[in-house]
Amino acid sequence: MDIHEYQAKQLLADFGVPVPAGTPVQSADEFDTALAKLPDGAVVVKSQIHAGGRGKGTFTDGFKGGVKVTGSKEEAKEIAGKMLGNTLVTHQTGEAGRQVNTVYFTECSDIAKEYYLAILMDRETSGPVIIASTEGGVDIEEVAEKTPEKIVTIKVDPAIGIQFYQMREIAFALGLSTKDQLKQMGKLLGGLYKLFWDKDCNMVEINPLVTTPDGDIVALDAKVNFDSNALYRHSDILALRDLTEEDPKEVEASKFDLNYVALDGNIACMVNGAGLAMATMDIINHFGGSPANFLDVGGGATEENVTAAFEIILSDSNVEGILVNIFGGIMKCDIIARGVIAAAKTVNLSVPLVVRLEGTNVEAGKALLNDSGLAITAADSLADAAQKIVKLVAESK
Amino acid sequence: MSVLVNKDSHVIFQGITGKAGGFHAEQCMEYGTQVVAGVTPGKGGQKFLDRVPVYDTVKETVEQEGANVSCIFVPPPFAADGIMEAIDAGIELIICITEGIPVKDMAIVKKKLLASNARLIGPNCPGVITPGECKIGIMPGYIHQPGKVGIVSRSGTLTYEAVWQITSAGHGQSTCIGIGGDPINGTSHTDAVKLFNEDPDTEAIIMIGEIGGSAEEEAAAYIKDYVDKPVAAFIAGTTAPPGRRMGHAGAIVSGSSGSAEGKIAALKDAGIAVAETPSHMAEALFSVYKK
Repeated sequence: MDIHEYQAKQLLADFGVPVPAGTPVQSADEFDTALAKLPDGAVVVKSQIHAGGRGKGTFTDGFKGGVKVTGSKEEAKEIAGKMLGNTLVTHQTGEAGRQVNTVYFTECSDIAKEYYLAILMDRETSGPVIIASTEGGVDIEEVAEKTPEKIVTIKVDPAIGIQFYQMREIAFALGLSTKDQLKQMGKLLGGLYKLFWDKDCNMVEINPLVTTPDGDIVALDAKVNFDSNALYRHSDILALRDLTEEDPKEVEASKFDLNYVALDGNIACMVNGAGLAMATMDIINHFGGSPANFLDVGGGATEENVTAAFEIILSDSNVEGILVNIFGGIMKCDIIARGVIAAAKTVNLSVPLVVRLEGTNVEAGKALLNDSGLAITAADSLADAAQKIVKLVAESK
Repeated sequence: MSVLVNKDSHVIFQGITGKAGGFHAEQCMEYGTQVVAGVTPGKGGQKFLDRVPVYDTVKETVEQEGANVSCIFVPPPFAADGIMEAIDAGIELIICITEGIPVKDMAIVKKKLLASNARLIGPNCPGVITPGECKIGIMPGYIHQPGKVGIVSRSGTLTYEAVWQITSAGHGQSTCIGIGGDPINGTSHTDAVKLFNEDPDTEAIIMIGEIGGSAEEEAAAYIKDYVDKPVAAFIAGTTAPPGRRMGHAGAIVSGSSGSAEGKIAALKDAGIAVAETPSHMAEALFSVYKK
């Protein structure tokens, strides 16, 4: 789960990591009260969306830049007014962009030097790693590719946590080696690791981390991503979820424990198992079609879940055909068949439907579909199913 | 011969009195698996299906019933605890079916696992089957038949797809290992390929991977250097958009790492027959495995 920058910075502050003073606003009425909390002078105005590249983004009305440094509070108000409610397009949002519902005012920090700092759960080493670089404020993937020697990586033992020598190692690698800087880095890294570990983060990233001309070390930006599997033990984090940042179909799907990801194509698919669901998308594509979604109905789905899944995939107006591909293990084929029949009747199905069933209770499932009186095309294999739905959709045009 | 499990495996189910645990324990018993006990804390002394003893702790099943394999159906918040209990009880092979365990819990489990002699399969996996001898997990038994092809996969249903293709072609499987779709797991593709490579009764290998991480690339490098048996592979997720998690917690392309293209290139470079679609996994294998 992602959260906004202003929420991430509040969490950093709660764990003792220095961040610039700032206040979020959701409407123009709040501008004056919010700005009154900041010192006079320059103010940074930052659009809050769950996507990177905000500074270089463009709003759909042509206004450029989702992050602006302004010279005064008056100017900050004017800029914030242009951002709030506007739709920002960045290289990560897709063409549609994201509506800016929150703007974050922060004090403007003077920068002596920028750094990169992140902690993430690393699958290769099966534990947390800390990544730091003297190249801050830029794309870290690019740094890793072009100048890997400028990146330092420290592996943390998950059973014992971060140690002081590891903090010193990072501080020295970044050249932050005065007595005061070592002290600041110790406090900052200790807090950041505690946040990462205590709140079940997949990643905390500060890019850039900066030193000011006075020698202070401050987190100028922050990105935090949480392990969705662990949210059950963090109600405070779950409360930070912003549903307006998610596709409404994905939000609806999550209510029924369905794994749904919206895509751009026109052939919807409903599959059990994540690997088979991906493979089904791939084979639709292989035979010249275009998948409209990823949908894994999971192993323990009920008739009700399957009906919900059907309604969700059909709520996508781009859908011109449906492929149901079930290889039953935990999931029994007759349950899928009942759900498909119930859903097809409820939604008054008007697009071609190809169903391929195999596995536990397959005969019962096929019999139910045959006796349903619905126009369902049966398929014998995954390749057969994919070719049939691609053909049916092409013919229906 | 086979790997990991056979007719002599003494299997317990942790979470046997739960709905899914009970259903699948019964299915495994019907297949012929020796289920010697179940574990549900607080329900010790009960009998499952009037004949399988239920214990409060895993340790008791090792001492009383000679358990050496555990299959775990414990809910996610308690699953890591269940795995660690099995490790400390001296269980040799732990198969964790549970999906949705927090990755932090698995980081701790992995640490403990590496310091022990136990092997963990999963979590978030369909289990392990040696057809005709022993089925431990949630796979439908009837699609398998005894044979010489070893299958390893991160995905459950995609494994069934491969199994069904092999069986339909008149061949069978030595052992099928579902290693699970989580970012931190107990047994990797490389570990499973090593087992198959050393097993005299496995003549050919199918490896099924998906986007995310670099486990398939590592296995490809191992196969290139050490494996002479014919190997076919399929990688799911060619059409998955980057940065989006595709169901499995571990199935995500992040930045330049974990893409299907990169994995397919590494596999091909290692001389592995890569199936173009999931319907062609057996075909790809039989292009390099003539029998």
